[in-house]
Order: sequence, then structure tokens, then C-alpha cells
Amino acid sequence: MSNTATTPATNSATAKQGRTVRFRILRCDGPGKPSYWSEFDVQPELNANVISCLKQIAEKPVMVDGKEVTPVVWDSGCLEEVCGACTMVINGKVRQSCTCLIDDYAPRDGDTITLEPMSKFPVVRDLWVDRERLFHNLKRVKAWVPIDNTYSLGPGPKESPESQQTHYKLSECMSCGCCLEACPQFTIEEDESKWNNAFIGAHAISQARLFNNHETGKQLKGERLDELAGPGGVADCGNAQNCVKVCPKEIPLTESIGAMGRATTIHKIASFFSGKK
Amino acid sequence: MEQKRVIVVGGGLAGLAAAIRIAEQDIPVDLFSMVPVKRSHSVCAQGGINAANDIAKQQGYSEYQHFDETIYGGDYLADQAPVLEMANFGPKIIDLLDRMGVPFNRTSEGYRQLRLFGGSLFKRTHFSGASTGQQLLYALDEQTRRYESEGKVTKYEFWEFLAPIIKDGKAVGIVAQDMRTMQTRSFKGDAVVMATGGCGLVFGKSTNSVICTGAAAARCYRHGVWYGNPEMIQVHPTAIPGADKCRLMSESARGEGGRVWVPKKAGDTRPGREIPEGERWYFLEERYPDYGNLVPRDIASREIFDVCVNDKMGVFGENQVYLDLTHKDREYLDNRLGAILEIYQKFVGEDPRENPMRIFPAVHYSMGGIWTTYTKGNYDPSQPHGMHNPGETPPIGTEMGLGMQLGAPNNMMTNIEGLYAFGEVNFAYHGATRLGANALLSCIFDGLYNGLSVANYVKNNGGIDAEQSLYDDAVKHEEDYSKSLIDTGSADATPETNPYTIANELGVEMTEASTVVKTGERLEKAEEKLAGLRDRFSRVRLGDAASWTNQSLSFTRATGDMLILAEAIIKGGIVRKESRGSHYRLDYPDRDDDNFMKTTVAKFEGNATRIDLHEIDTRLVKPRPRTYGKTDSKASEKKQETAAAS
Repeated sequence: MSNTATTPATNSATAKQGRTVRFRILRCDGPGKPSYWSEFDVQPELNANVISCLKQIAEKPVMVDGKEVTPVVWDSGCLEEVCGACTMVINGKVRQSCTCLIDDYAPRDGDTITLEPMSKFPVVRDLWVDRERLFHNLKRVKAWVPIDNTYSLGPGPKESPESQQTHYKLSECMSCGCCLEACPQFTIEEDESKWNNAFIGAHAISQARLFNNHETGKQLKGERLDELAGPGGVADCGNAQNCVKVCPKEIPLTESIGAMGRATTIHKIASFFSGKK
Repeated sequence: MEQKRVIVVGGGLAGLAAAIRIAEQDIPVDLFSMVPVKRSHSVCAQGGINAANDIAKQQGYSEYQHFDETIYGGDYLADQAPVLEMANFGPKIIDLLDRMGVPFNRTSEGYRQLRLFGGSLFKRTHFSGASTGQQLLYALDEQTRRYESEGKVTKYEFWEFLAPIIKDGKAVGIVAQDMRTMQTRSFKGDAVVMATGGCGLVFGKSTNSVICTGAAAARCYRHGVWYGNPEMIQVHPTAIPGADKCRLMSESARGEGGRVWVPKKAGDTRPGREIPEGERWYFLEERYPDYGNLVPRDIASREIFDVCVNDKMGVFGENQVYLDLTHKDREYLDNRLGAILEIYQKFVGEDPRENPMRIFPAVHYSMGGIWTTYTKGNYDPSQPHGMHNPGETPPIGTEMGLGMQLGAPNNMMTNIEGLYAFGEVNFAYHGATRLGANALLSCIFDGLYNGLSVANYVKNNGGIDAEQSLYDDAVKHEEDYSKSLIDTGSADATPETNPYTIANELGVEMTEASTVVKTGERLEKAEEKLAGLRDRFSRVRLGDAASWTNQSLSFTRATGDMLILAEAIIKGGIVRKESRGSHYRLDYPDRDDDNFMKTTVAKFEGNATRIDLHEIDTRLVKPRPRTYGKTDSKASEKKQETAAAS
């Protein structure tokens, strides 16, 4: 059975087995508490990733100076890069820690890997952040199809394979928050009452596009565009284009922002002439 | 009187489908999850969801055939009536998901695309790329968010279920803990739905997410809830072994034409793609000419295990075989399997479109789970039906209520009144092996079909008649336990009492003793090991005394619960002296219907597990030998047929 890993990974040819890798981790004991760095040495297992190293640290949380400390806290789930939970900043770049292979990041003895929590969300403890705002923003754009009910009413609308492929790509967004971490316009906001007026972020704009393109989802198109035309909407995007570079699912976020920007403009003009606004 | 409310624990497909269906009946729902529900383990399901469909039906398939396949696949261990209802209801679920906006793959004309899956000769699996579970979960997550914004559903995310609150055999609420603030409190509920998934972490490394400890089920079990067929654990044949977990390589890879093979020469050092066709051993295709690479999972796992462990024919002399898709067109693969091929590429660093993948079996799914009951439907044949062949007219139609009575309050209710179990956490649909792409179906079916049962139960129930002290005492009990664990936090941990070490040893022991091949002797040895681990756990040391976001507490508490569940899994395996589906006893290699076509029901009494055998519902289909046409088993097939006929 599979309790021992046998499959060599990417850099295992060059990565030295039995080496020591140093983890520099930015820790915080809780909201309002100061952040501080802790360093741990780990001898990675075969095919190790950041998660398996954090597990090793949890089992024996002894720092490089020999001092025993509390285990590092972090968020994780599927470990297959489909749930989005284990997102953190690794060597200065935001990404999922499960797909971060140690052989790639630290192939030599004595290499260092730096782990920090995402900076755009409040820290709960250590590497765990509270991303509730990200889900809140999905409510702002009503990111759902308004079906009547769950009774049996026959199939949904037909769709071309081309449209399905576009739809599927947008629907792969796992709400990890990489695009928000990388965005200069999206800043940390701990005050919930201000969320509705702060920049909504690339992920929610892209979801608005997804549901505006759906035959039934279209029914709420006007309400979505009203939200995107308002404060913290699509006009707040500074066009830095960082979002699309860090998206682990390669979702065409800037394309979505462009499409929603145009749709919002048309929507505003149409609303003006129809006397709605 | 207070407004009636329902508590749903778990926000995967089963929990969300239940929450939506119950909220739609104008009953407010409190939804609890250890993670934001969009990150539930259902996201990991890859291949698809089964249901009879128009194309397959015109080729001789039917809902009834789907039912028959599922019963046969499960080796006749499932109660039959609920499975019939699920198969009949399947097409309605696909239509509903379609209306919710799931991006199912499409044909050029715009209809839903289909693929082959294990245990069937018909294309009856609907899919959305190779991340179908993710797409289905997102659709339900979106509908739940909609109801949340309308005030019909209240989410408690990052809350951990600690215990059911039971008054006179009736569920009246739960105790839960906020994983961030560590606040423990009680919640009242007129009914409680457990939808907390499987228990892969009992086996250490599995294909499951880190939250799939089975602890929630174990906490119900400790409070007197029965647990059915604990020994029935599915080992998926194709996974990528890793340092932190085993990553699933979906059965859809085989459904789309993937071939399993090893070099004919043991220890051949050439890369897979350089080995000529004539020097490859396609052992599944050779042994199972009808189903080939699409035999059910238990059979594929045993054959791979046999080839690697017994014959020592594994690739490069290690425990791994090839899963080969390199003969397929790149664009076709990207369109249909992109997500899983990316997983392989990201974690192994090789392009599976160019090189055959190297895979090995891993623990994947729990067919067993919380015991549930139901009210049987209208279909009650005078004698069980024989084998159903493609093209034959099914003995019954597909209207609702033939298998289970629609809306009966006890559908999927546990032995505790008002306490339900939906989805992977129950034992109801998959018998001794689950067919690929039937899990998503059973989870959503439970939520939708039996969500109505919950609503009816609550509407007809007189409301909660429990004093506040019952709730306060339950909270106090959990707080005391948490405190007793946290108080060990500052003490020096040794491997002997380190919770992570105990959990690791549990995983290794369970994987060795109770997965692909079992023996009575090995299981009994595991029982002793478990007793030792329980003893060590009684002296466990936490390593973290923090009163804020203490993950060590959560993990340690779950480890104690996993030890309880592990005992039930081992004891069930010892009692079941036969081989059936995923449960293969080397010392009892044959199926024994006379003695063991029964549910092993684990009951926790006096701080120990007792296993009873309960009769099952076999009114609808007559058992037949489950061989999938294996070539070298024709003789034993004959033998079993004679036995079954007599």
C-alpha cells in the first residue's frame, strides 16, 4: 500500500536526499498580537511539499535554536489544489502550499523557504487567515443561477461545446484569493461594514461574467452590473494585471474584467436613457 | 413556541443539497462545517455522476439496469430498496444540476456528453471536465449562498461538531466549537442531519482531504448511534503516492481509454514509452475480456496488488503499475481529463500525455457508515428478480416511491429519532463496493430526496421538549474534555504520547491490516495494536496550551475518535468470515451468503464495540456470483452458480 512514496518528483534527480531545508515562518499568536519570525530545520521526505514539512514541524516543533514552541497553525484541505484552502505567501509569491514541491523550491542542502500568511486578509493565527470577505463579495454580485426551486422541471438550457469550455474555465475558480493578494487595489479591510464599498476583486468580477453569460443566470444581469458600476466596482481596477499572473487555474481574469467593464458602461448608458438612473 | 429549525452538519454535496431542500420547505437551517463549505471534500471527486440517460436507454440501458449494476457491484450487501429509488431518481438530479448551471461537457449539438465508467458496459456517466465534484459542489454552494443572503440558511463555518444532544432517544441539538475563538456552545435543532463524509484519515495517507477523519461519525457512535458495515472500505486502484497524501487519478482516465499494464520483463529499466507493444502485459484486459480496464475498483486494486506484491512485476521493481493514456489525442485528453492530468504533472513532474502514469492503490471511500433505516416503497415482487440483461424490459417503472416511500419521515434516519445521516457518512447505497461515479449521485440523492423526509419529520413533530440544563450539561462535558486535553499542552511530549505519532502509527497499522487483503490473524494483531494505542492516547500530550485557534486540540480529539472508529472497522472485519466486494479475507476467500449476506452493525456499549449481524432487504434482486466474467474463474463461477441455484 501507498504509505511509502515511490514516484520520483520533478527535481529529484538534482535534489539531494537527506538534506536539511530551513523554514522561515512569519507567525502571529492571534488578532492584535505582534508578528514574529520562527525558524525550523526540516529533512524533507521523498516527494515532500510544504504541507508535509509543516506536518513534520507540527510533530516536533523545535526551532533551530533548540527551543520547543507551539506547532505552527495553517489552513489546508484537499492537498490537490482544488479546494484553495492552503494558500499562503511562499518566498514572496502567493500560491497554494500543497503544490509547492520542496525539490523545486529547495533542492540544495541549507536552502531556505519563507512562509507568510496572505496580507490582504486578517490573520487568525500564524499562516491561517480569515477570507470571509472573499465569499461576501460573491453575494454582492449574486453569483448564482436563480432557479425556481429544486423540483423536477426538466433539463437546463442547451449549450455549445465552445461555450461550455469558456464557462468551465471561469467556473474553476476555487476562491483561493491569490488574485486579491497580488492586486494593488485590493487592500486589507477588517471592518465588515466597509466591505460593500471596497474593491470587489477580480474573482468576483469574473464570477459575475460567468453568471451573466448563463441563459438563466442572465435574469440577474442588471443587478450584477449595478453592483459592478457602484463603489468598489469594476472601475476601481487599476489594470496592474497581477491577478491573471498569479491565478493557479489560469482563469482569464483580465479578460473578464475587460468584458465586465464594457458591459457596465453599456448598462449605465442604457439605464440613463431608460430613465432608471 | 420557538420556530422549528434543522441543523445540518457538513457542507459537502449531501449537506448542501439537504440544506437547500429543507430551507425550500420554509424551515430555517443552521449549517455547520469545519471549513468554508466551498472547500468541502466533495471538490476532490473527479470523474462524474451516473444516471440513466436517453442515449443509453435507446441502446438497452435503463434506470433498472443502473440499480442492478449497483447491487451487483456492491456484492449484494446493500439494502436493495433505497438503491432502486436512487437509480430511478438519478436523471432528475442531472437535470436539476444542469438548471443550476453546472458546466457539463457538451456534444456538438449542445446535449450533455457522456463517458464510460467502471462496472457498466454503457455510457451513463455525466461529467464536467475532470473536476465534476468541484463543479457540482460549486453549484450547490451558490444556491446555498443565495439562501444565506435571503436569511433561510445560517452558516457556521470553522465550527467543529463535538456531540449530538439526545433526550429520551431523540435528537434535540448539538454541541459545537468555534475553531478560531475555541468557544463551545450548544445549538437547538428539531432534527439533526449528519453529512460529514468519510474516514480516510483513519488509514493515514488516503485520497481524502485532511478533514476526513470520521470523527463526527465516531462522536455520534459514542453516543449510541449504530454504525453499519464498518469494514467496507474502498481502496481506489489508481492513485499517486505522495509524502502528505495519495492523490486520486480518476477512474475516468480508464473510462476514456486508459490502459493498465506492466512490462512483461520484471524490473525492466526502460522508460514506459520505449517499451514496445509486444513486451507489455495488459493484465486487466487479459483477465477480464468483457470489462477490461473497467472492472470495479476492488477487483482492479486486488489485481494490481497481486501483480506488484505477489508476482513482483511492478514497474522498476517497485509497487507501481502504468496507467497509460499516451495513445490518445492531446486535445481530446485536455478537454475531458485536463484537471487530473494537471494534478499528475504538478505533483510528479511528468507529462502524462507523453509518459504513462505510474500509480498504485490507495484508501478512497467508506461504503460503511452510520446505520440508517427507511420506509419501503410500492415495489414488492413476489420473488426476487433474476439477472437483468441489456435490452430487457425492466420489471417496474421509474416513478417516485417504488423503492423508498417519498417523504417518509424515517428515510435515512439513524436509530436515534430525528438524527439523520446523509451521503458518504451513511452505509446505505454501496454495499461492499461502490461503483465509480455513484458517490456524487448518492450524496445529492440523500440531500434532495430524503431532505423532504427531514422536513416532514420536523413539521409533524411536536417540537423540542428538553430543559436548558440538558444543553448546559452537554456543553460542560465537552468543555471539561477539551480542558483536560489542553492542560496537558505544556508538558513535554514524547513519541509515546505525541498525538501525531499515535495517529501515524494508527494509519500504518490500519493500512497494513485492513485494506486490500485481510486475514483473521492480522486483524487480531491489529486489535492488540489498537488497544496499545488507546492506552497511549489516555496519556496523550498536546504540545499547544493556547486558548485561541488551537489546531492541536482539534487534531488530538479527532485522533481519539479515529481510534474508536478503527476498532469498529477491525472488529467488523474479524466477524465477517467471508470475502465480499472490498472485503477480501485470504482465510475465507469465498462469499458466504447463508451466513454473511447481512449487515455488520457496530454498537458502542459500555465503552466497547459490539458487532451484531442484521438481516438485509433482498426482496428485489436474487444474488448471483460476482465475477465480471474473469477468464480464469470460469470454474469457480460455475460452482457458485450451482450454489446460488440450490
